[in-house]
Amino acid sequence: MSFPGSHILVYGYGNPGRGDDGLGPAFVEALELLGATDLDCESDYQLAIEDAASLAKYDVVVFVDADAKGPAPFWFDRVQPSRELSFSSHSASPGQVVGLAREMFGAQVKAYALGIRGYHFGELSESLSEQARSNLALALTFAQRAVREQQFDEYTRQFGIDSGRGCACDPQPEA
Amino acid sequence: MSVIKRVVIEPVTRVEGHGKVTILLDEAGKVVQARLHVVEFRGFERFVQGRLFWEIPVLVQRLCGICPVSHHLAAAKAMDIIVGGEKLTPTAEKLRRLMHYGQMYQSHALHFFHLASPDLLFGFDADPAIRNVIGVAAKYPELAVQAVMMRKYGQEIIKATAGKKIHGTGAIPGGVNKNLSLAERDVLLKDVDQNMAWANSAVKIAREYTTAHLKELLPFGSFDSNHLSLVRADGAMDLYHGNLRAVDAQGKTIFDQIDYQKYVDLIAEDVRDWSYMKFPFIKKLGPESGWYRVGPLARMNTADFIDTPAAEAARKEFRAVTGGKPNNVTMAYHWARMIELLHSMEKIQTLLHDKDLQGSDLVVKGQRREEGVGLIEAPRGTLFHHYRVDKNDQVVMANLIVSTTHNNEPMNRAVTKVAQDHLSGVEITEGLLNRIEVAIRAYDPCLSCATHALGQMALEVSVVDPEGKVLDQKSRG
Repeated sequence: MSFPGSHILVYGYGNPGRGDDGLGPAFVEALELLGATDLDCESDYQLAIEDAASLAKYDVVVFVDADAKGPAPFWFDRVQPSRELSFSSHSASPGQVVGLAREMFGAQVKAYALGIRGYHFGELSESLSEQARSNLALALTFAQRAVREQQFDEYTRQFGIDSGRGCACDPQPEA
Repeated sequence: MSVIKRVVIEPVTRVEGHGKVTILLDEAGKVVQARLHVVEFRGFERFVQGRLFWEIPVLVQRLCGICPVSHHLAAAKAMDIIVGGEKLTPTAEKLRRLMHYGQMYQSHALHFFHLASPDLLFGFDADPAIRNVIGVAAKYPELAVQAVMMRKYGQEIIKATAGKKIHGTGAIPGGVNKNLSLAERDVLLKDVDQNMAWANSAVKIAREYTTAHLKELLPFGSFDSNHLSLVRADGAMDLYHGNLRAVDAQGKTIFDQIDYQKYVDLIAEDVRDWSYMKFPFIKKLGPESGWYRVGPLARMNTADFIDTPAAEAARKEFRAVTGGKPNNVTMAYHWARMIELLHSMEKIQTLLHDKDLQGSDLVVKGQRREEGVGLIEAPRGTLFHHYRVDKNDQVVMANLIVSTTHNNEPMNRAVTKVAQDHLSGVEITEGLLNRIEVAIRAYDPCLSCATHALGQMALEVSVVDPEGKVLDQKSRG
């Protein structure tokens, strides 16, 4: 399914002061430096309930976060609205935010998650690990292609977290 | 020698970070003690060693994604002392206050409506599957939307005053780096009346709930305690600045109007072998009886009055419940929190009409010092930042006492009280688990500035025997 002319939000979250936890904001920062003009970017330490109001106006939202356990260098999958209790709702999961957007604002946004594999969390560090930086670069290349082609559902089949291979094959570099 | 059994609940839902509760039983199955183990944030002192002092107000925001503004402002206040700029210009102080009230407003709204209200609206024994924010959204959609919009409004104030949501730079040593433009002000003014109405209704909800359930709430996780906060020179509640005051459970003054630069003369921190988190206490009372509560409940108990009319009227109603004496009911934290939310909104409304916010005199400097302490009344309670810097402007020492650390002993006592009243046998029933969570949640603790990477969230409940063998286990999330 393609989304020509869709209003897209890319939302990276994580704590840049906690090593690879900062992959989400780093992704958004890099995307903005690349001059992406056909989408909106947002970043924060974490998702929160008010994000439900913000994303309700978009057709597509891509959540970008560090992943401590998933396949490297990244995976891309669909986010389903969630009604489940989370561990900590001072912060919210992508599914919860989408669920709240649907429940409270009637949003029909299609949501995806881009999980970039990180390795070093918890320690106070302002920089990403070398391996995380490498994964970030590959995820960025993928994202540029994804935004250009907008074949999001097809990408979930190729790079979904349950596909068993994540993104084993490197995306095509930008021309 | 009696056998001690351990009942472990890990982690606690709907509070920040990661907490584990261990309930110690004697061989008769009676609760001896409950311990809240907190994976406290560590390593900050090493992290800032050698950093230039003016970087600190930005760096400290990386401690926590929940209350970065509180850390930002407490650090900036400490650095004001370093640069001799503690007497801020009117524009700088009012900008910082606006930022702080925005933080208080959004934090209290989030906690009450999205963390606590499911317990209050659905009852402590409601199914966790509906006793959550999604359940509130489904059953009380207008309330849920209102809460989101309140939170969003507070965040917009922070963004306008701090510059951005992540790593805001608004407060700098000796002042601020920007004023509030007329355009920014006008955007915020548009929604101020609506938010004031919501704040008033929030106090009404909290008051009516508390007074209607008073019989049930009075003993719930409750106990007498000392209370500590900043107060203004005239005794008014002041969330941004003031001097230290502590009162006992009956309202008797322990100390008053103490310059917080001298906090080390008043406060010490006890260490216990089972906890990473320290246990602060008032030195002259000792660790056994010198522990105290901080946060909204403590602030209602320490202040003589509130200097905004609607919040002051609400405070008088609050104090009337206990005949003017301090309120020591743990669940009264929620009502107190909503009074502060209303106070913050009143302050925001006043400040937005103050032309000083568009002033251009932003920074002052004076005699350079090598040591500074910054205190602020953060949403969860009094936050201490203490730094020493060398002649090269590099930080050589940092010490932080966060609100949750001040409330360490009270939270342990609250959990102990709940466990004593509600644990039967060694089984962690849903009812017990719910009540332990409700008691801890009243303090709105920030248990850890944890990372939030995908796939790391879970709730696990375990019962283990003295040898560590798991006897029972439950999980959520």
